[in-house]
Amino acid sequence: MNNKSITQFFGFGLLRLCIVLVLSALAVILYDIFHKGGAIISWEFVSEMPKKGMTEGGIFPAIIGTFYLTIITALLSIPLGMGCAIYLHEYSKGGKIARLIRMSIRNLSGVPSIVYGLFGVVIFVQFLQLDTSILSAGLTLGLMTLPWTITASEEALKNVPQSYRDGSLALGATRWQSIRTNVLPYSIPGMLTGAVLGLSRAAGETAPILFTGAAFFLPFLPKSFSDQFMALPYHLYIMATQHHAIDKVRPIAYGTALVLIVLIFCMNFFAILIRYRLRKVKME
Amino acid sequence: MINRNLQPLKKPWINSSTKDKIIHGFFFFNGLISVFVLVGIFALLVYTSIPAFKEINLTSFLTGTNWNPTSYVKEEYGIVPMLVSTFMVTIGALCIAIPLGIGTAAYLSDVAGNRTREIAKPVVEILAGIPSVVIGFLGIILVGPFLAKIFGTSNGLNALNGSVLLAVMALPTIISISEDALNSVPKNYDQASLALGASKWQTVYKVKIPAALSGIIAACMLGMGRAIGETMTVLMATGCAPAMPESFLGPVRTLTSSIAIELGEVAYNTTHYYALFALGLVLFIITFFINMVSDIILHRFEKVNR
Repeated sequence: MNNKSITQFFGFGLLRLCIVLVLSALAVILYDIFHKGGAIISWEFVSEMPKKGMTEGGIFPAIIGTFYLTIITALLSIPLGMGCAIYLHEYSKGGKIARLIRMSIRNLSGVPSIVYGLFGVVIFVQFLQLDTSILSAGLTLGLMTLPWTITASEEALKNVPQSYRDGSLALGATRWQSIRTNVLPYSIPGMLTGAVLGLSRAAGETAPILFTGAAFFLPFLPKSFSDQFMALPYHLYIMATQHHAIDKVRPIAYGTALVLIVLIFCMNFFAILIRYRLRKVKME
Repeated sequence: MINRNLQPLKKPWINSSTKDKIIHGFFFFNGLISVFVLVGIFALLVYTSIPAFKEINLTSFLTGTNWNPTSYVKEEYGIVPMLVSTFMVTIGALCIAIPLGIGTAAYLSDVAGNRTREIAKPVVEILAGIPSVVIGFLGIILVGPFLAKIFGTSNGLNALNGSVLLAVMALPTIISISEDALNSVPKNYDQASLALGASKWQTVYKVKIPAALSGIIAACMLGMGRAIGETMTVLMATGCAPAMPESFLGPVRTLTSSIAIELGEVAYNTTHYYALFALGLVLFIITFFINMVSDIILHRFEKVNR
């Protein structure tokens, strides 16, 4: 072995070490949560209300809260995100305004989540008087996911071949007719994939909902979108740091973390499934 | 022969080109929403922080070393301890995440076979999907006790813990953008280097990484932006003592966690409340600046490699 291949051996070994470290960090996280959280998971845990000052019972209201919250988030961010992407990719000709929009999108995706929380408190809770509610929190999360939805929708539009548009425009269709009949049907699955991925990240966010509607404990399920709610990530935060008997509720915290992670994985899996089916359709 | 009795086509209620213009306008406004939101956030943070400075001196806000808004004797609003905490935790995180991230990206783009890459890339994406609150929870129960044992401190809720966790959170960003940067280096660069007799390692180390450097720097800056803005992880795992940080083994309280802790307790529309928005404004400006710079670097990089 000459000098060059020895350095190569050690160099590549170093790179391998890096990826092994990264992957083992993930492995430790998943192992710990699945191992210790799995011990408490049962049908009762996911279907019952918390009992005895949240030291026993289940996390059902937190699951429901996160579900409602995600609906509101989706209702705001999917249509707006798609519309913005359609403008950027189908209508704009890449001038100054398009550049301004793109710059804003990239910056919005870097705005810290707690700042969205502050924004939500002033705009939705106080100014629009929605109070601390599912609606306020969902709208706040909707704005936060907007940049991700836009980027993903634009990717989906890029995948539709230009000839689809040209063909219908050449036959005399207006731009909107051509988008509606020849572009959207082929890009909607891709848009949904991106949207669901964005929603899965929103479902795990805590900072934006801290002050816009998440509640420490509620003995009942939310009846409407203007009620306060319990949410999985916030529940985990409470169980990990704020509860009066932290050591006693540790298993519940683990269980909550597991349910949250599984929920997010399921959403990701669902998104990938849509993408996979889309690919199959395209091949046919 | 022309049939004179033919009914004219039923006229639509609106001319189709007018309709197209209306739809165009609709999407135009829809497209502008992201601009409105960004400007709205900034304007609102400024607007809500202004009342704070009726009672707080701007210089003492920016240079004060005490943050004690609930004192009965003298309320103090100095953000220096939080700025120092934020940057301590972030820099610690970057010291861990940058070498690991670049190493992983280089491995994925130049060393790994197709199969390994196909498996490893989604796995890294999974890491990105783990919520910050779960990472913070593991910081309390796993990383904290581990650090306490190694360094012999009473508990592991300190700046170092925050750095380790933020490194984990910044890694996916750094890896995926650095990898993109490495992949977009033109293929003839490596071919030229290999043809001159350089080994694959020399090519990665001396040709590809320098060629992709600006993209990699942008990746690291984006990772930094994420680390600075991260709330739940640092809130849960760094101990959150509102004093000047002393060392990496002492508790710290960042800008984000101060907002998260105090906004829940404060009454609306008080000086303290406005001061928290001023913290938000400082945070916004810092992350905005970092994002802008990384954006410009990335843009240049893409132009050069086109």
